[in-house]
Amino acid sequence: MPSIDLIANVVVAGLLTGLVYGLMALGLSVIFGVVRVVNFAHGEMMTIAMYAAVALFGAFKLDPFLSVVPVAIVFFGLGYAMQAGLINPFITRPEHSQFMLLVAVAIIMVNVLLMIFGPSALNVQVDYQLESFELGPVLFDKARMYAAGMALATSAGLFAFFKYTSTGKAIRACADNNLGAKVIGLDVKHLYALTFGLGSACVAVAGCMMILLVDVVPTLGPGYTLLAFVIVIIGGLGSMPGALFGGILIGVSEALAGLFFAPSAKSMFGFALLILVLLFRPQGLLGRKP
Amino acid sequence: MNPRARLLLGALLAVLLLLPAFASNYVISVATLILYFAFTGQAWNVMMGFAGQLSLGHSLYVGVGAYVAAAMFVNLGIGPWLGLWVAILVCMALGAAIGFLAFRFGISGVYFALLTIAFAEFTRVGFDHLQWTGGSGGLFLKVAQREQMDLLNFRGPPAMYYYAILALAAGALALCAWLLRSRAGYYWQAIRENEEAAQALGINTFRYKMFAVLISSAMTAVSGVFFAFYYNNLFPEQIFHISRSIEIILGPIIGGIGTLFGPVLGAFVLTVLADGITELLALFGVEVPGVKQVFYGVVLLGVVMFLPNGIWPSLAKKIGVGK
Amino acid sequence: MRPLLEVRSIAKSFRGLKAVANASFEVPQGGIVALIGPNGAGKTTCFNMIAGVFAPDTGEIMFEGRRIDGRRPDQICVAGIGRTFQIVKPFAGLSVLDNVIVGAFNRTKHLAEARKASESILDQLGLGPKRDLPASSLTLPDRKRLEVARALATGPKMLLLDEVMAGLRPTECDQMVEVFRELNARDGLTILLIEHVMRAVMALAQQIVVLHHGEIIALGTPQQVVRDPAVLECYLGEETEV
Repeated sequence: MPSIDLIANVVVAGLLTGLVYGLMALGLSVIFGVVRVVNFAHGEMMTIAMYAAVALFGAFKLDPFLSVVPVAIVFFGLGYAMQAGLINPFITRPEHSQFMLLVAVAIIMVNVLLMIFGPSALNVQVDYQLESFELGPVLFDKARMYAAGMALATSAGLFAFFKYTSTGKAIRACADNNLGAKVIGLDVKHLYALTFGLGSACVAVAGCMMILLVDVVPTLGPGYTLLAFVIVIIGGLGSMPGALFGGILIGVSEALAGLFFAPSAKSMFGFALLILVLLFRPQGLLGRKP
Repeated sequence: MNPRARLLLGALLAVLLLLPAFASNYVISVATLILYFAFTGQAWNVMMGFAGQLSLGHSLYVGVGAYVAAAMFVNLGIGPWLGLWVAILVCMALGAAIGFLAFRFGISGVYFALLTIAFAEFTRVGFDHLQWTGGSGGLFLKVAQREQMDLLNFRGPPAMYYYAILALAAGALALCAWLLRSRAGYYWQAIRENEEAAQALGINTFRYKMFAVLISSAMTAVSGVFFAFYYNNLFPEQIFHISRSIEIILGPIIGGIGTLFGPVLGAFVLTVLADGITELLALFGVEVPGVKQVFYGVVLLGVVMFLPNGIWPSLAKKIGVGK
Repeated sequence: MRPLLEVRSIAKSFRGLKAVANASFEVPQGGIVALIGPNGAGKTTCFNMIAGVFAPDTGEIMFEGRRIDGRRPDQICVAGIGRTFQIVKPFAGLSVLDNVIVGAFNRTKHLAEARKASESILDQLGLGPKRDLPASSLTLPDRKRLEVARALATGPKMLLLDEVMAGLRPTECDQMVEVFRELNARDGLTILLIEHVMRAVMALAQQIVVLHHGEIIALGTPQQVVRDPAVLECYLGEETEV
């Protein structure tokens, strides 16, 4: 039996990582909630953001916290273009058709990364990765703290955008009642593209933060895609607080599973939780009943 | 089926039957792969193409089918002919459990698809830690002398595997053709098109969806057993991986979902395409990893965008055969 | 003789909103009964309870002397009640003939038999020449006909028709009325219909049930009902050109 101190440390680390997961999942949730398309290339986009941070660090010694800005802006543009050019024509197509489209995109993304960066693991090294705050027996990794803080701040920004800006409100109107939104003259396709852009920007920030915590290889993509699904469904598809809550839940459960069982078994708990949630609370833990 | 279609199908079958007589081992191995994907795609097509239930976790049945038969063979010395039936039963039980849970709790569409992924991933991690089957280190079948044909243990030369998978693919095609013209086939399509209307016409939709899952999981189990004895090594990380599930469903979608020849055509196009790209790249001396998959992805993107119903429906019209 | 369908004081509320309150009526064997009333009167809710889409909160529904309320739609169909949907639900990807064959499989396992029955039903409804077209290519009146054909193919003892005349031209409407009359006279088919087109109601119905705000306000022969002051007030006032 591991000591209480160790457990506390692991839980804290899991919680902080979980917030970064949550931000990634938030992107997926926002996209699904509005556009009603499941982004099967979500994890691949996450790895692209991680590589972007690696490249910027390699070329300009740019700290990932500074990379966040250019990467998020570029991702917003790419996301907008992807929705406007690629996905909008697929909105009315059957689900399997949308799925295939995004799978094709995901395959291309993974392998372009492989072509450019090769198969070996890459990371960034900054000095605060080795430092930590101490609070009694519990250690808070500085990098993890900062990353989690950034994830929270970005999420808060997104919440505020949807709550207070007229564009945010228009997007929510789109999600609630697509036809109604069209009737009152909203440019639904533009709003969809905007949403995809915002979701992509979330992933960009999450990716830049994640590279502070783990190494990146091109094949990480599908795993992150699945992780994002699990989190979003557990939290409640379309529920923004649900995504963060689900992220924390998965982050902590992964950390504990790694401690008590084998690190390789950690995803099993997420999937078990997912199956239970789908069966008994399909709207998710924080989702509204349809 | 019109006379022209009969003639073409007969000619195709004749060529396939005679293939080992003149083709190289390489061609046979490619043909085996094509038929393997045609068969597995056909199995998936029963569930999605016919009954409209999107499974993205079919690697579950391939993997469990493969592991059950292989573990019985390696660990208990029980041959594949018995192992096959056990594998089928285990996979049907799994399919029944997933189907029951999903359909009773009213899970459909994207959620159903994600549930199937979750079960496959869950099982993958489980097998990673199941020591009886070698855990993540893999399970290996002894590679017997490939010259000798040992039908009892399903070990033998490539041509044996080729004929086995040819028989399976042809059998699956015939089975599906028959199913489509049966009451169940009509009921599946009705459920796929509009479940509420289907139920109003007296169809017990729960029962027929379950039936589709059972048939599909049983067929996919057979495909898994074939996989185990053909490739001889199994790793949870590979066989249960979501990319395997995607590989299975690419063929039917590219070929034409819900059609009889779609899975066959799709398997042919994709496998030949993949091999062709490899050859082409080798010819130009390109050795960057990932180039091939990028091409593959681009072609896929093109088909999905410009041929939303797959290749077969438009091809069938051109060569003048029915569905 | 016992009525084929007996509806006994059924009620249904949605989130506290009463859609149907304490409705009772009967459909005699071989009879044609029309359920009329203004929009939102609870007609389709009544239909859906009979067809098994949802169970009534209270009350019971008897068909051939057996309780059927609370059973699933497919069980209701197998019991002998065929229905159409007000908002048509064709199997868009299937041919017109295959749509009907799905229904015909309710009475036979054999494709050949099902096809034969379906073809004759399609001919009867004037859809014979269009049987090989995909259902998605049909016009709305043809889709309405297809709804009827599919329901008929299940071999029902009673047919529930939910506004099948809506959108039809008067001549088309008369043809449809003729089809139902013949089915009723020749095969003894019992019919319960919801209809706004009074031309069809007056031509077909032997009995009319008038629903208003979820309650039955009148019940009787067409002649009685059209003279009922309560009915005239709430509903027929604007359509007295009958």
